[in-house]
Amino acid sequence: MYCPYLLLLLSLGVSAVEVQRPRGVPLSKRQFYEEGKPFTCLDGSRTIPFDRVNDDYCDCQDGSDEPGTAACPNGSFHCTNAGFRPAFIPSSRINDGICDCCDTTDEYNSGAACQNTCRELGRKERESLQKMAEIAKEGFMLKQQLIQEAKRGLEEKKGKLAEVQTSKKDLEDKVEALRSVKEAAEQPEKEAKERHLKAWEDQKAVIRKEKDMAKMAAVFLELDADADGSVSVAELLLHSELDQDSDGTFTETEAQGLLGGVDKVDTVAFEAVWSNIKDKYISEAKADTTAPVETPQEETRESVSDTDSEQYPEDDIPEDEEEEDEDDEDEDPDDGEYKSPPTTRTQEKKDDEDEGTMPPYDQETQNLIDTAQKARNEFDEAERALREVDDQIRNIEKEISFDFGPSAEFGYLYNQCYELTTSEYIYRLCPFSRVSQKPKYGGSETSLGTWGKWAGPDDNVYSVMKYEHGTGCWQGPNRSTTVKLTCGKETVVTSTSEPSRCEYLMEFTTPAVCQEPPSLDSMHPDHEEL
Amino acid sequence: MATFTERMAPVLAFWLVLCLSGTWAVDRGNFKTCDQSAFCKRQRALKPGESPYRALLETMELTNTRLTLQLINDNNKVRLLLELYRLQGNITRVKINELKPLKPRYEVPDVLIREPPTEPLSLLSQDDNGVVLSLGAESQRVIVSARPFRLDIMEGRDVLMSLNSRGLLAFEHLRMRKDTFSYKVTSTVASVWDNIKRVFSSQADPEAEKKEEGDPENQAETGKEEEEKVEDGMWEETFKSHSDSKPHGPSAISLDFSLPGVEHVYGIPEHADTLRLKTTDNGDPYRLYNLDVFQYELYNPMALYGAVPVMLAHNAKRTTGIFWLNAAETWVDISSNTAGKTVFGKMLDYVQGSSETPQTDVRWISESGIIDVFIMLGPTPKDVFSQYASLTGTQAFPPLAALAYHQCRWNYNDQEDVQSVDAGFDEHDIPYDFIWLDIEHTDGKRYFTWDPHKFATPKEMLQGIMDKKRKMVAIVDPHIKVDSNYKIHNEIRSRGFYIKNKDGGDYEGWCWPGSAGYPDFTRPDMRAWWASMFAYDQYEGSMENLYTWNDMNEPSVFNGPEVTMHKDATHGAWEHRDVHNLYGLYVQMATADGQIQRSGGVERPFVLTRAFFAGSQRYGAVWTGDNAAEWDHLKISIPMCLSLGLVGISFCGADVGGFFKSPSTELLVRWYQTGAYQPFFRAHAHLDTPRREPWLFGPENTALIRDAVRQRYTLLPYWYQQFYLAYHTGQPVMRPLWVEYPQDPATFALDDEFLIGRDLLVHPVTEEGARGVTAYLPGKDEVWFDVNTFQKHNGAQNLYIPVTMSSIPVFQRGGSIIPRKLRVRRSSSCMEHDPYTLYVALNPQRTAEGEIYIDDGHTFNYEKQEFIHRRLMFANNVLSSVNLNPEARFTTRSWIERVVILGASKPSKVTLKTADGQESTVDFDFDASMSVLTLRKPGMNAGEDWTVKLQ
Repeated sequence: MYCPYLLLLLSLGVSAVEVQRPRGVPLSKRQFYEEGKPFTCLDGSRTIPFDRVNDDYCDCQDGSDEPGTAACPNGSFHCTNAGFRPAFIPSSRINDGICDCCDTTDEYNSGAACQNTCRELGRKERESLQKMAEIAKEGFMLKQQLIQEAKRGLEEKKGKLAEVQTSKKDLEDKVEALRSVKEAAEQPEKEAKERHLKAWEDQKAVIRKEKDMAKMAAVFLELDADADGSVSVAELLLHSELDQDSDGTFTETEAQGLLGGVDKVDTVAFEAVWSNIKDKYISEAKADTTAPVETPQEETRESVSDTDSEQYPEDDIPEDEEEEDEDDEDEDPDDGEYKSPPTTRTQEKKDDEDEGTMPPYDQETQNLIDTAQKARNEFDEAERALREVDDQIRNIEKEISFDFGPSAEFGYLYNQCYELTTSEYIYRLCPFSRVSQKPKYGGSETSLGTWGKWAGPDDNVYSVMKYEHGTGCWQGPNRSTTVKLTCGKETVVTSTSEPSRCEYLMEFTTPAVCQEPPSLDSMHPDHEEL
Repeated sequence: MATFTERMAPVLAFWLVLCLSGTWAVDRGNFKTCDQSAFCKRQRALKPGESPYRALLETMELTNTRLTLQLINDNNKVRLLLELYRLQGNITRVKINELKPLKPRYEVPDVLIREPPTEPLSLLSQDDNGVVLSLGAESQRVIVSARPFRLDIMEGRDVLMSLNSRGLLAFEHLRMRKDTFSYKVTSTVASVWDNIKRVFSSQADPEAEKKEEGDPENQAETGKEEEEKVEDGMWEETFKSHSDSKPHGPSAISLDFSLPGVEHVYGIPEHADTLRLKTTDNGDPYRLYNLDVFQYELYNPMALYGAVPVMLAHNAKRTTGIFWLNAAETWVDISSNTAGKTVFGKMLDYVQGSSETPQTDVRWISESGIIDVFIMLGPTPKDVFSQYASLTGTQAFPPLAALAYHQCRWNYNDQEDVQSVDAGFDEHDIPYDFIWLDIEHTDGKRYFTWDPHKFATPKEMLQGIMDKKRKMVAIVDPHIKVDSNYKIHNEIRSRGFYIKNKDGGDYEGWCWPGSAGYPDFTRPDMRAWWASMFAYDQYEGSMENLYTWNDMNEPSVFNGPEVTMHKDATHGAWEHRDVHNLYGLYVQMATADGQIQRSGGVERPFVLTRAFFAGSQRYGAVWTGDNAAEWDHLKISIPMCLSLGLVGISFCGADVGGFFKSPSTELLVRWYQTGAYQPFFRAHAHLDTPRREPWLFGPENTALIRDAVRQRYTLLPYWYQQFYLAYHTGQPVMRPLWVEYPQDPATFALDDEFLIGRDLLVHPVTEEGARGVTAYLPGKDEVWFDVNTFQKHNGAQNLYIPVTMSSIPVFQRGGSIIPRKLRVRRSSSCMEHDPYTLYVALNPQRTAEGEIYIDDGHTFNYEKQEFIHRRLMFANNVLSSVNLNPEARFTTRSWIERVVILGASKPSKVTLKTADGQESTVDFDFDASMSVLTLRKPGMNAGEDWTVKLQ
């Protein structure tokens, strides 16, 4: 299909070479090099006789007098390369023994055995251009579909969003309604529970009082060593733990003070003394030494929960110590959110044997509690549903707001992952999310970066993706990955490499970057020369 | 490359322990101070002025070639034998050994290029107190004083140098171990060493002990000896977790040298320190012990990768040198009676007529071997260079391409990477000649192999490089992976070529491959075998454009004491202790031999080494090891290479950009600009650093780097000529200013600028954000021309030069002619036939002189007179080219395309007369503002006779 074109090109190419002009001058500049007339350097800096053009000595600052020799350090040589693309090469490559122009014209005096490869190169280039054009064409069609799909998808999502937002409204109303129900049910519940508790407290006070009296009697008997029915200062002094000022000596005065200023007290007067000494008193009978020190239940609980919260960070310490495992510094998504301490705690107090356990709620109270619990459950459920809807809205909004390209053609990559297996690793690219690497034969995954931004050049921003802040490198930066997107029919990772330590490069083909293929005619740069 | 990476799983655990303590500086705790090195501590504790040594004049024998004389230590009655030689070229050799050592002591082989030819000594006078000998010409004498023993070398009434003048000669004689605790080791002389070994390797054999106890003769014999004090560290020494079994006991030697009238001493590389050596009174001595120092610190006397035990002493009247030929661990103390005195203080001394002459005292301490010292008496710096070259040889003449630019990185990942870097240089029009592959190119750090995935077709890759007329270097380190599937290992093991541990098994240590053996390069048969491994049919995938890099050859042993080999490892009859500093030299020697042999002796080798010793200059290039991307490291590259040049090793460079860390763009550019004017010009980078190929920093910086590299390429003819000169004469290529201006004290301590040859003065910009530099231009009646602007400056002044990012302050000496090739191409080989431009810089007498040297650039044919060596002279308005070597025959296609005469006046006519008698006129341009005359295309062949006349 290109034959007529090719012939045209060839004939023109050959004739182009035949146009008289100094070696290395492109046709476009032929008019500046007029045989026999003084030559003015193209920068206008000076004029020299024409026989100094290409005389292998550099006269012009800009190198324009030596287009066909290596004399000027900044000169350039034009090869026509008939059959392929014409090119400029630095004049330092003229006659250096290395074939640079496919038409061999750069090596006219070096003895290098260059073959004219222009036709072959031209053929190959056209083949590859044709292939690329076909890919681009098909890819571009696919891209149109992707754009349509993206449009549809966007509409759907917007629709879904609206839908969900409506349901959110309903849910909010429901939550409010259930909150009222819950609060209405909780008030009587609270009162009934308080009543029940009060009754139990009263009962406990009576029991405690009785026990105290019993204990007082026992202590009185114990103190009353001479069994004379009264406790004397001397008897009290045997209990040094009662030392009022805790100075180590329990004086008679102090003991007397405890007895209310008298030398001895009988059982009745001892009641007043008892209240002064019961906290400190230590029974002579060893079995009885642990006076039931009343520890408020609340404190115990708090201390338990403190220990709990301290234990969790400690659980993490072994992870920090895995220094060798550099690759695995992968941030655990759970890091930081320590597992919440158990929410339900045993209400039973086992230490309070003396006072027994609180009796079960009466039926009426229990009914109130059940009702309130049901209201609470319903409320919680509604609230959870509302949160879920919120999440849903956030996700949809996030997806809608993502920059998926000018026509959202990259949207189809969202929530997808693509893998490439090399001899050592499995690489995984999840566009708009993350890139990772995992050893083929076991071992944990290393993050090569999470979605950063589009990073192509200004005129083609959507040709490069950048993933940043991957796992840190020893003495180096955090890993990052540059993904180069090229046009292809398939969506696939074609190669990965690590050109610099911890900076990865991934090549990825997708129809989404395919441009509308221009016609071959306008693409061929030979055009200019014709 | 002394670091590790996550990929180095096998050595990781060990390195973590070693390195984590200090991330970005050397961990000094890994390396010994003098106090931690038992012999250094012992010797340094000796006090001056108490020498126990006496010369026994009655034992003196004087033959035609030498004088011998016994010395006795009056404390222990041990006798030493002193040998004194007068060597050709004004060198005195002093050798001191035990008269009857228990076993032979190590004398360093293979460093001297031949047994130095002697000249007769004659006896001038003799009495009870001493002997006076004539050192031949120049009224030089040596006075041997008897009690205490000392040597004074005199010229006329001046003492040039004194030995043992402070009485610090010490010679720990070999001895049998005395009974101590459970170690009862006495035996006959013949089997004592075996016994000691046995005792150290296992428990003492009770039977042997019994037998010895029952041997009265033995006891009697040992009883005769003077009781020696047994100190800690004489028979065993530990450092960190490493123990040195020292089966042969103490064997250290020491000698002091006094240098009257000397305030400047130089040399004894390798240290990251100033050019002028500092006094060591308040710290450690300079240490010479080849070590792989991870992230070395600057401005201190710690040992580094290489050691050249040569010191130069200089004052305005004379330059002398001391070459201490000893390969064991060595420490050098320097003290001076003027150190610390201010200029004013010195002036006060002068005004008050203070009688004290400045003097520098030097003291050398080595752990084993003998005292073998060459005193090079100058008197000029050039004489000292020639004298040293006559002993250890000159710089190997490198292939021309090796003087061009080298692109290296740890690591170019694979063949594709190599190809794309190669293409990058062409795309950005930056020339380069060599691309380098570090350890990752191998199959699992098995040298002589290629990674089967990343470098699957090395010949294809090498051919691609060859097609561009470029070359490659691949690393071959001397540690060999212990792996029974590895050919090299199997061969070395089966031939018994590995260094042995103290128990007689193959020594194994950790290095890049994990467990590794170390071939015994001190064995000639091992070296011959190693060399044969470079044959094209042995080294698979190699081609003639593949050259070699020897790294880690201190040797580096990750889990060894001070990251090197245990001193009690054995090389046949010798301990590693004896040969340590020589190991790296042998590795490079064998590798260079291999490269010569593979071409049938035709092609010049190119081998880079990190470890070195005296004589290493004969085998290739040296670099300053694992530096860092810091401004101070850029600065220190100048004194480090200057110091190496002074002791014969001219082919020196530092990693451009800095090995560790990542340079700022400014630092990278400045480093390229500096490196372009240093002998070995290679960019290198650590594995963990971001890529830094020259085009990665924006077009502006690419252009700056391109310009620096291109300046190097234009000057390649001059560099090549300088290396030819270095090869011929032993003169350093990169020189401190004082070498050319020995009478100008202003030059004595300069080390932020330097000369290339004698005609180019370079003051690179090594300060961050510099707006200007101040360069000292030497020479009272001289002028210097800025090579960029052609502006003329007078000598003997400090010149302030404003600089921009593109500035590299370089000056051409008035009176010189420098050939350049201005057609810079993509590699030096591509420029082979290109024409020359001659830069003729006139001095105030309107004369100039230079040379041009041309050969094929890569073979040994220059040894067969196949070269062009011509003198270029300008005088009386005539520029001419004269053949310096009429027997030489070589032809070149290169011609003279341009002559630029700086400081010229305008002629009316210029005529050229060529060899065939033809006369022609030459066009010219004259720039009156700068007095620059440019002759346009005279066109004569560079290898022929011609004259150009200005009328």
